Amino acid sequence: MKKLTLKNNWLVMLIFSTVVLTAPIWLSPLGANYPDLLQKFAIFGIFAIGFNILFGLTGYLSFGHATFLGIGSYSAVWCFKLFSMNVLPGIIIGTLIAGLFALIIGYVSLRRSGIYFSILTLAFAQMFYSLAYSVLTPITNGETGLQLSNEDPRYIDALFGVAVEPGLPSTNLFGQIMSGYPGFYFCAILLIIGFYISLKIFRSPFGLKLRAIKSNQTRMRYTGFNPRPYLLTAFIISGMYAGLAGSLMAVTDPLAGAERMQWTASGEVVLMTILGGSGTLLGPLFGVVMIKYFENIFSAMNPSTLSEFFNFLPEFLQQVMVSITQHFVGQGWHLTLGALFMLVVIFLPGGVMEGVTLVNKYIRLKLGLVNTASKTKQDPVRKNLVDPIAQPLTEQTNDSQKEEVK
Amino acid sequence: MDVFLIQLLNGLDKGGAYALIALGLTLAFGTLGIVNFAHGALFMLGAFCAVTVQEILTISKKVKDESITFFDAYKEQPYLEIWWGDTGTAIIDYAVPISIIFVIPVMLLIGIGLERGLIKHFYKRTHAEQILVTFGLAIVLQEIIRAFFGANPMPTPAPDIVSGTAAVGSLLGLSETLVYPWWRLIYLGFASIVIFGVFAFLKFTTFGMVVRAGMADRETVGLLGIDVERKFTIVFGLAAVVAGMAGAMYAPILPPDYHMGMDFLVLSFVVVVVGGMGSLGGAVTAGFVLGIIQSFASMTEFKAIFPGIDQIVIYLVAVIVLLVRPRGLMGREGVMED
Repeated sequence: MKKLTLKNNWLVMLIFSTVVLTAPIWLSPLGANYPDLLQKFAIFGIFAIGFNILFGLTGYLSFGHATFLGIGSYSAVWCFKLFSMNVLPGIIIGTLIAGLFALIIGYVSLRRSGIYFSILTLAFAQMFYSLAYSVLTPITNGETGLQLSNEDPRYIDALFGVAVEPGLPSTNLFGQIMSGYPGFYFCAILLIIGFYISLKIFRSPFGLKLRAIKSNQTRMRYTGFNPRPYLLTAFIISGMYAGLAGSLMAVTDPLAGAERMQWTASGEVVLMTILGGSGTLLGPLFGVVMIKYFENIFSAMNPSTLSEFFNFLPEFLQQVMVSITQHFVGQGWHLTLGALFMLVVIFLPGGVMEGVTLVNKYIRLKLGLVNTASKTKQDPVRKNLVDPIAQPLTEQTNDSQKEEVK
Repeated sequence: MDVFLIQLLNGLDKGGAYALIALGLTLAFGTLGIVNFAHGALFMLGAFCAVTVQEILTISKKVKDESITFFDAYKEQPYLEIWWGDTGTAIIDYAVPISIIFVIPVMLLIGIGLERGLIKHFYKRTHAEQILVTFGLAIVLQEIIRAFFGANPMPTPAPDIVSGTAAVGSLLGLSETLVYPWWRLIYLGFASIVIFGVFAFLKFTTFGMVVRAGMADRETVGLLGIDVERKFTIVFGLAAVVAGMAGAMYAPILPPDYHMGMDFLVLSFVVVVVGGMGSLGGAVTAGFVLGIIQSFASMTEFKAIFPGIDQIVIYLVAVIVLLVRPRGLMGREGVMED
C-alpha cells in the first residue's frame, strides 16, 4: 500500500499519460476539445517542460529560447522540402540541429551568470532574429516565411516512389496524415516521452546537481563538482526540447516564420513557466494550458458576449461591468495576461503549484489530518513539500540573497 | 570625408538616444539595485505624453469651410486657432517642445508612484524576479497605451521651423551637399544637455552626493542617519523623467507606437551591460560608441564584406565585450558580479 505513492515513476507516468491521452474527452465540457488548441497545448507543453529544466532547476533565466524553437521549425520544414514528408526525419533533424545551436550559444553564454546570462541569450536571440529577416533570406525566406512548394525535390520520397498528388503535400507518419486529432496524438505521445525524460532528470543525481547550481555554486565547487558541464548539458537538453516543439509546429502546419524567434516569444515561455510554477514538474504544463486556454477564450470575447455574461445583473450594473471588463478581453487579452503575471510574481512566486501546495496544507490543517504525533516528526506535510513534484521555489533563494546583500 | 561626417552625426544621434535611455536604466540599477525591464515602457510613455499634448492642443470644432462655395463644406478647426488666431497656430506647431514641460511632472509622478507601489517591495528579491515583474509591468503599460491610442504609429511632427535640414557642410566650410535634419541635431544637443545636467546634479549637489554615497555603500549611508529609501524614490523618479524626456523628444523622429518601448529596451540593456552595470559614465560612453559603430557598420563598404553586419553588430560587440571584459567597459568592482 505504502509503496504506491507519487514517488513511483511508473504510477506518475500512468496517471499523466491517461490524463493527456484522454484530454479530448475531459476538455470537451470546457469547449477546448478541438485539435488546433490541443496541439498547441502539447507543443507549448514540450517547450515549457524544456525551459523548466534550465530555469526551474538551475535558475539560469534564458531570454532567448524562442531561437531554438525557430531553428527547429526551419530545419523541419527544410527536411520536408528536401527529403521526405514523413515527420520522423523532420522532428529528429529539427531537434538535433537545435541542440547543435544550443551547444554553441550555451558554450558562450554560460561563461557568465545572473543577469549577464539573460542579456547574452537575449543578444544571441536578437542576432538570429535579425539575420533571419535579412541575410539568411535564402534559407528562411524572410518575411514571407518558409513554405512548401510543388517544385521541392523530396529525394527520399522520390526514391521510394511515393505517389505525387496534385496540390501541396501534407505531413504524414507512414501514410497517416498529421493534422487534426492524429496530429494531436502524435504531439501528445512526444509530450509524454518528454515528460518522462524530465521526470527522470528531476529525480536523478544529475537533477540534484542542477539544483545545487541554483542554490549555491561555490559550495558545489567545494564539494568537487564543476558546474559548467552540468549547466551546458541542461542548456542543450532544454534547447533540444525547444527544437522538438518547433519542429512539431512545422509538422502541424508546415510553415516557418521568423516572428517565432522574436524575443517576446521567448518571454511567453518564461510567462508560462513562472505562472504554472517553475522548478516543479507539472507547473509549466499548468501554465501552458492556462495561458493558451484563456487566450483562446478571452481573445474571442467582445462587448456583446460580455453583456450576455453579465445578464444576471441589473441593467445599470451590467453596463458598468461591460465597460470595465471589455478592456481586458479581445484585443486587450495581453493586458489581462500581463496583470495576472505581475500578481503571480508579486504574491505567489512559486506560481500555481505553490498555490496548490498552500491550499493543500491549509485544508489538511483545517481537517485535522495532521495529527500531533506526526507533526513532531514533521512527516507528511513537510515530506510532501520537498517532493519534487510540488517543490516550491522559495527556499533556494536564501543563500544567494545573503551573498548579494553583502 | 562627407560620408564619414554624415555617419558620425548619425551615430552620435542614435548614440544620444541610447545613452539617454541607458542613463536612466543605470541610475535605477546603480542606486536601487533594480533591473528594470519596464524602462522601455517609460520611454514609450514619454513619447505618448508628447502625443497627448498634441491631441489636447488640437481639440477641434467643426466649422464651415469658407473656401468652398458651391456646397456646404465643413472642416475641423482647433479651438486654439479660433480663439487666438495665428498665436494659436504657432502654439500647436510647437506641441513637442511644449510637451517637455508636461513630461517632467507627469513622469516624476509615474516614477515615484511605481517605486512606492511596486519596485520598493522587490529590493530584497532576486534579480530574476525583478526582471519578471518589470517585464509584466511593461506588458501592462504598453497594452494600456494601445487601449487608448490604438496600434498605429501616431505622427507628431516637429515645429515647422526645424522640420527641414541644416546645411551642416557650408557651416563648417565643407561641401554644400552635406545636410542633416535639424531635429536630429536638436536631439543630439538636448541629449548632451540632459546628460550633463544629470551628471552635474549628482556631482555638485548635496542630494547627488548622498545618492553617490548610497551607490557605493548603502548600508553605511543608512547608518549615518540618512533616509536612503526616500532619496532612492526620487532617483527612480529622476530615471523615469530622463526616459520620458528622451521619448518625448524622439517622437518627431519615430512616430510613437505602443511597442516602441520593447524595441528600445533590448538595445538599451545591451548598452548598459557593455558600459558596465551601475556605471553612469560607462552607460553614456557605451551608448555613443555603440551608436557610432552601428551607423558605420551600415555603410555599404562594410556591408559588402560582411552582409547583414549592420543588423547584428551591436549584439556582436556586446557578446565580445561581455566575454573579454566581464564587468563591461567601466563596470565597478563588486557590482553585480557572478
